[in-house]
Order: sequence, then structure tokens, then C-alpha cells
Amino acid sequence: MTLSSTSEKPVGVIGAGNFGTVIANILALNRKVLLYTRDAQAVARLQSERKNRGYDLHPQVEPTHNLHHLASSCDVLFPMVPSTHFREMMQQLSPYLQPYHILIHGTKGFDITLPPGQTLENVNSLSRQQVKTMSEVIKEESVVVRVGCLAGPNLAKELAQRQPGATVVASHFNEVIQIGKRLLRNDRFQVYENTDMVGVEIAGVLKNIIAIASGALSGLGYGENAKGLLISRGAVEMVYLGRALGGDLKAFLGVAGIGDLVTTCNSPMSRNFTVGYRLAKGEKLTDILADMTEVAEGVNTVRIAKKCADHYKVRALITDRLYKVLFEGMTVEEALEFLMRYPLNVDIDFL
Amino acid sequence: MPRKQHGMELLEEKKNKNRKYEPILERIPEWPVYQLSKNRKEFIELVTQHTLARIKELRPTRKQLIDELEATAYRELNRIKRNRWRVDPKDDTRFWGQVKNQLVELSGKSAETGSVEDALLEKIVQRYANEIAGNFKPNSYRFTREVVKFWFQRLLNGARVKKFGAFFRNQYTLRDKIHVVGKVKMLRSLAKKGTVVMVPTHFSNLDSILIGWVIHALGLPAFIYGAGLNLFNIKIFAYFMNSLGAYKVDRRKKNLPYLETLKMYSTQAIQQGAHSLFFPGGTRSRSGLIEKQLKLGLLSTAIEAQRNLFQQTTEGEVRRIFVVPVTLNYNFVLEAPDLIEDYLQVKGQDKYFPEQDKYGSVELIRFMFKFFTKGSNISVSIGPGLDVLGNYVDEEGNSLDPQGRIIDTRGYFVSNGSITDDKQRENEYTRMLSQRIVTEYHRINRVFASHVAAFVAFEMWQKKFDKLDLFSLLRLPEEDLELDYTEFRDTFKRVRKKIYELKEQRKVNHATHLKGKVDEVIKLGIENVGIFHLKRPLLKNKKGNIITKDLTVLYYYHNRLVGYDLEQYI
Repeated sequence: MTLSSTSEKPVGVIGAGNFGTVIANILALNRKVLLYTRDAQAVARLQSERKNRGYDLHPQVEPTHNLHHLASSCDVLFPMVPSTHFREMMQQLSPYLQPYHILIHGTKGFDITLPPGQTLENVNSLSRQQVKTMSEVIKEESVVVRVGCLAGPNLAKELAQRQPGATVVASHFNEVIQIGKRLLRNDRFQVYENTDMVGVEIAGVLKNIIAIASGALSGLGYGENAKGLLISRGAVEMVYLGRALGGDLKAFLGVAGIGDLVTTCNSPMSRNFTVGYRLAKGEKLTDILADMTEVAEGVNTVRIAKKCADHYKVRALITDRLYKVLFEGMTVEEALEFLMRYPLNVDIDFL
Repeated sequence: MPRKQHGMELLEEKKNKNRKYEPILERIPEWPVYQLSKNRKEFIELVTQHTLARIKELRPTRKQLIDELEATAYRELNRIKRNRWRVDPKDDTRFWGQVKNQLVELSGKSAETGSVEDALLEKIVQRYANEIAGNFKPNSYRFTREVVKFWFQRLLNGARVKKFGAFFRNQYTLRDKIHVVGKVKMLRSLAKKGTVVMVPTHFSNLDSILIGWVIHALGLPAFIYGAGLNLFNIKIFAYFMNSLGAYKVDRRKKNLPYLETLKMYSTQAIQQGAHSLFFPGGTRSRSGLIEKQLKLGLLSTAIEAQRNLFQQTTEGEVRRIFVVPVTLNYNFVLEAPDLIEDYLQVKGQDKYFPEQDKYGSVELIRFMFKFFTKGSNISVSIGPGLDVLGNYVDEEGNSLDPQGRIIDTRGYFVSNGSITDDKQRENEYTRMLSQRIVTEYHRINRVFASHVAAFVAFEMWQKKFDKLDLFSLLRLPEEDLELDYTEFRDTFKRVRKKIYELKEQRKVNHATHLKGKVDEVIKLGIENVGIFHLKRPLLKNKKGNIITKDLTVLYYYHNRLVGYDLEQYI
């Protein structure tokens, strides 16, 4: 039974960025993979060079530019595109999707829908009416209901080198979790299960905020005490925000929460960390972003999380200060000074 | 037709929609529900056998099965001791006593006795299946239908047209009293194309009878009904329910064999094409709130039946199952004072409260008389058809995605290219369906002037005493409560405007009478909210200000509009 059609059908990966490419390679250890890229010319290049973003493509990975072909060939798809393009991608893919499809996404960001005239910059506060996770976007834009997500300490570079690592597959459907596990798991990649999909999604998004802050501390030249302080207080802040947005505490304590948080905060390789680092060195946000080839999801996340915190009246000090640094010209030192002087005395009050 | 104004009715509903509908299946023998009861014995046997297989699947080992049977016997004997009802079978004590004894004997024996516990289980399931099964009798159905129609008509005409001889006129019919609005045409069409599972909100014991009338008035064949067994304690209800083809849901019985038998009964009946109706809220809304949490047990049977149909239909079109949410909108709920008392007592603690039915046949008849002779209309909103995943369907019964494309729903049950039986998946689908139904309830809920009046008044008092929690507020002496009319009027207008906006966004519906001149609408609202209670929840005093004689009951009626975020406009 396990060897019926799904096991012979290829699986699809949507988005040939760093993470998409690496996940395609991991999946290719178990199955033939179709890797979709929206850039038609890239397909020919990937085909001839068999290389993408510095990673060799596994021989079982076949690049494609055809969504119809992708959806009709695969039952299981892994969307890995930045959150800002996610809804648009789903709208293009949706006509080809059927209720039997299973989608497991790996995008760490929120989707924002605002009425005409309002922008993320000028809107005062945001609620869950406007802020959606990627699984919610999938369900809004298509007939697919069996949805899951991937999250965890997954730095593309380390995964590509086959260093040990782990991820969480979260879904409301046991079936989706088991399929995700079967497809992703190998001797170097452990896969954990979680049923709080929204919690896992939110944890994966919010940790990017703390990653920027961690980069900033590092940029100021501070050491491990400061980082320990940041990570533990950051985790508390994630729990507060995450609960307000509909996640469960447990998701934040697991691989996708603490696990991912610790990794990202210690990783000078990550884009979000780099943003914070260079800010602390006195660079301007616009200049930093102009240099980057891929999106630092955290920058938008700070904006969104701050406005959600305002709406749900959640105390989120780190997010709030970062917002001021990123968009209101406060310096990193000023922000830090504020946080250090804040008369906060309860360590943990949510357990 | 001249629009006369009688008594309390200032503003009447538009009448154009209340036309008469021809039956979609003329002859009763063609009705699925009739087929089911004609072959009652065979059907019960079918349910029994399927249930046995299911329980063996859930409790595969001998030990697990015996444990389950022991738990069942223990609970049943407990129920008999603590909570006996008039409708319970006479031999209940003897039967369960025997079961217990047999289990005691079994426990001493070795594993060789496999057939004994199986036989015991079969005996229990068979008993339950017989208890649950309805018994639709065409003659009794026809008789009840005619009696109800005749007397309702007499009452209405006698009361409304105040002339000698009016009693025997037919100027007014029940259709003038009960407004059926919404997707009637679609419902009729879907009932021809497939099997309808109707899921109404539940506020009053009268819902069952009301909805029975609605089904008939819309020209639909009789539905099988999931009715609370407690209703059968009241003789007049028992008579009505039996003739409508009700099956019995006993909420005291929470044991596995019973629940599985009940669900199997529903699954098999739906699968065989019997249109079906149950209240997914499980029990009457104690708080007056529109149901937010639905019971998933019976709801899951619609999904299971649809999957079975996909699996078993080898040729031709697969029979489709359509879920139709319905809201019943009242100005007055007979049981309101007791329901809200129950609610307040258990608020915060999730414990079982026994069904209390203080209202016997006499009270009900008295109420019916008042209802038909005084004002206070009822409206029934028929929601759009949904498939078992909660997608909208068109009149042909095709499932549509939000972009209007037709969905092949078979795929929802497909894994690895073929249909699979995945309980966890279907539990999740049931949860999703229940959320869709709740959203739809709020959308088709028809707001009356009386609901707005109750909501505005209570919220204004709440705001005035914002330091008090709910319980302290409800304990305030009624003399302390008075709202300045102008202030009330302004707030009412503001909230009403917001309701118009919500209607534009398809988030709620409202009665046409809500749109009149504000003073008249308020007057209508105040006069109708809880119209027949001894202590009226809203009144105007001599100064023209708003007062209450029963804040707790006002709270109940106010709850009807909770969940729309209207509090911020107070």
C-alpha cells in the first residue's frame, strides 16, 4: 500500500531559492523531484549547469517552469517562496490544484491584506483579520485542505553539507505529517511532529525579530551574556505575541520555537542577523536591504508584529524598540539602554 | 390586500416570499423516510451489524471489549439509579442487571469464551438500535399535519379578524405567522438532487415542531429527525415527534456502544438517501448565544456517509450529501428564564446539568394559544447549501471553490490515488465543517427589532456599571435601572446602522421591519422582546424611559447579538 502511486509520483518544490533548492535535494534522496522556478530562463540554466545558488542539483531534481505540469504530476507540493509573493503564487497555482493535493510549505512570514489606500507603513494596528499565516493563505486561495508546514533550525548551507539537523512537520492532519516525515527524513535529518500548525508557523516567523536583535548585539560587540539574556527574553516575547495570534505555548518550546531561535541568533550567516549586525555598525536600513539578494523576512515581521502587539495590547518590548530602530531612526544603543532600564521583574509568568 | 394593523404589530413583514410550495415528491411511499420505516427491522439489523464491526475495530482485543462492556453496564445501572425518565423501557433494570451478572461470570473464565462477550455486545447494540430507531407512519403523519394546519388556521383567523365567523375563514394561514426566508429554492432543488442534512440552531423545545412544519410547508418529504429523548417525556411532543419520523438521541448515555450505534444509525440512514435533521448544538442554547461549539458526533456521520457513497458507488453518479444550516429567529423563547438560570449556574465550570422540562403539555398549549393570538412572528432562515467539507454548492449540487470553479469533492477522501478511510482526517473535516456552519449561522441570523432593543439596553447598563462583573450587575435591584430614552434611541440608531453595514458585508441578515422609523422600530422591539414572560425584560415607564423587570432574561435575549463586535458602538 505504501508503494502505490504517491510513492512513484514525483514531489514538487515551488521556489528555487536557497531553502527551496536544498529541500529539493533532500527530497531527491527519496523521490524524484520537480523544482519550480518562476523565471523561465533559469530553467534552461539549471538544466545545463545542474547548479543553483552555489548548490549542486541532485540528479533526481528536474527544474520546471510549468505550474500545470507540476500540479498534475505531483500529489505532494512544498511551496518555499517568500511571503510577499506567496499569495500571488497560490493564485496562479490554484486552478491546477485538486482536493487530493497535499501542500507543506516552508515559508516563514506573514501575509497582509489591507484595504485600498492603506499600506503596512501607514496602518495603525493590525489584527488577525489582516494578518494571515501561509497555511491560511493556501486554504483561502485553493481547494487544498490538507496543509502542513516545515519549520526548525534549518540553515540552508548546513543542510546542504549534510550536517545533522532537524525540522518539525506540523499539520492538523496526521496523514500530512506522516507523508512529510517519509519524504524528508534521512540519516542526517530528523523530523519531529506537531499538530499545532499555526503555532509552529508563528514561532518560525517571530523568531526572525529576535534574530535581528541578536545581530545588533553582536554588531555592538557584546558577548554571550547579552545573547543569553536576549534569547530568553525573546522567547518570552514570542510566547506572548504567539498566543495573541492564535498559537499554543508548546509550539514555542519545541524545535520550531527555541530550536530555531537559538540557531538563528547564533548564525552570522542568516540574513536577519546580518541586518541587525550592520544596523549596529551604523548603516542605513535602505542601504543594507539594497545589498541583499534574498528577502530578510524579519524586517517586515517587525513591522507587522509591532502593529499586532498594539492591536492585541501585548507587551512586546524588544519588537517595539526594534521597530523604532528600523523605521523611526532610533539608534541601537538607545534601544538597548531603554531595555536595560525597563523595570521588568517577572521572569516567567505564563506557565 | 389591505395591510391591517393588529394589536402589537406595527410593521409587518413583506409577504411576497411566503408563497405555497408544491411537494417535490407527491406520494408518501416514494419518500426515503417511508422506505426506511417500512423496512425497519432490516434496517435495525443492518445498523447493528455495522456497529458491531466498528466497535470490534475500536476495541480489538478481548480484554478491551470486556472493559468497555463493564464500563457500559456500570454507567447504565448508575443512570437507572440516578436519572430515570418516563420514556425509559420498563425492563431497563432487569436487562442491565443481567448484563452485569454475565460479565461477572465472564471475568472468572479463560480466554476461550470469545463468543460470549460478542453475543453480549450484540444484545446491547441491538437494544440500543431499537431504542434509537424512529417509526414513521404515513397515516399518523398525514393526520398530525392536518390537525396542526386546521387548528393553527382557526386560531390565527379567530384572533386576527375580529368579526363573527372569522374563526372559519382562511384569510390568514401559518405562513403569515412564520416567515421562511433565504435559499428556499436551492433547498428544494438540492433535496431532489441528493440527500439533505439540515442543521438548525436550537433555542427552544418548540424548534422541533416548528421545523417539522417548515419542512412540510416547503414541499419537502419528511426528514428523519434526531430528537432529544427528553422530549419524549412530554406526551404531546412524543406524539408529534413519532409521527414526524424522529429517532431518539439520549444524551444521558455516553458509553461507546451507544454512541457508535447512534452514529451508525445516522450514517446508514443518510447513506440510503433519507433527508436528515439534527441540532448540531446538541442541546438548547442555554445562554441565548448562537451556537459557537457544535457537537461533532452526528455531524461526522454526514462526512462518513459521503465517503462511503464515493467508495461504494461503482457506476453512475455518486449521490451527494448537502448540509443546510438554518437559523430559527424568535422574539420570545418560552424556556428563557430557566435556560439562562442554568447557564449562569454552570458558567465557568463545564459540568453536566440535567435536562429539566418544567413545561408540560398544558403550558405548551397555553403558549401556542398566546403565540397565535397575539403578535410576535417567527422567522426561519434557510442557509445556502454546503457540501460535507463546507464548500458552497450551486443549485445543481456542484461544489464551488471561492473563485466559482467546480470542485471534484471525491479528491478530499483520496490519498495515494485512491479513497481511503482515515478517521483522524475525517475528524478534522468534521471540525472544519462545524466552523463553517457556525459562520453561516451568524451570516443568515435574522436580526429583529427586539434583539437590537435587548442588546442595546443591556449593553448600556453594562457600560453604566462598568466596574461590576456580570453577576453583580445581574444582582442590581431593577429599580436602579433606567435608561434615558433619547440616549437609548441614539445608541439604537448607531447599532442599527452598523447592522446595515454588516448586512452589506454579508455578515448578518435582518428582518425588513428593522428599517422603519426609529421610534416605531424601538416600540416594536420593546413590545416584542420576551413578549409572553410574566416579568417583561423591557418596558417604557411613564416618563418614556427604558426600564426592565428582569435583567437576567434581558441578558439572555441580548446574547443573540453577541459575536458581531457590536459592543464597541454602545
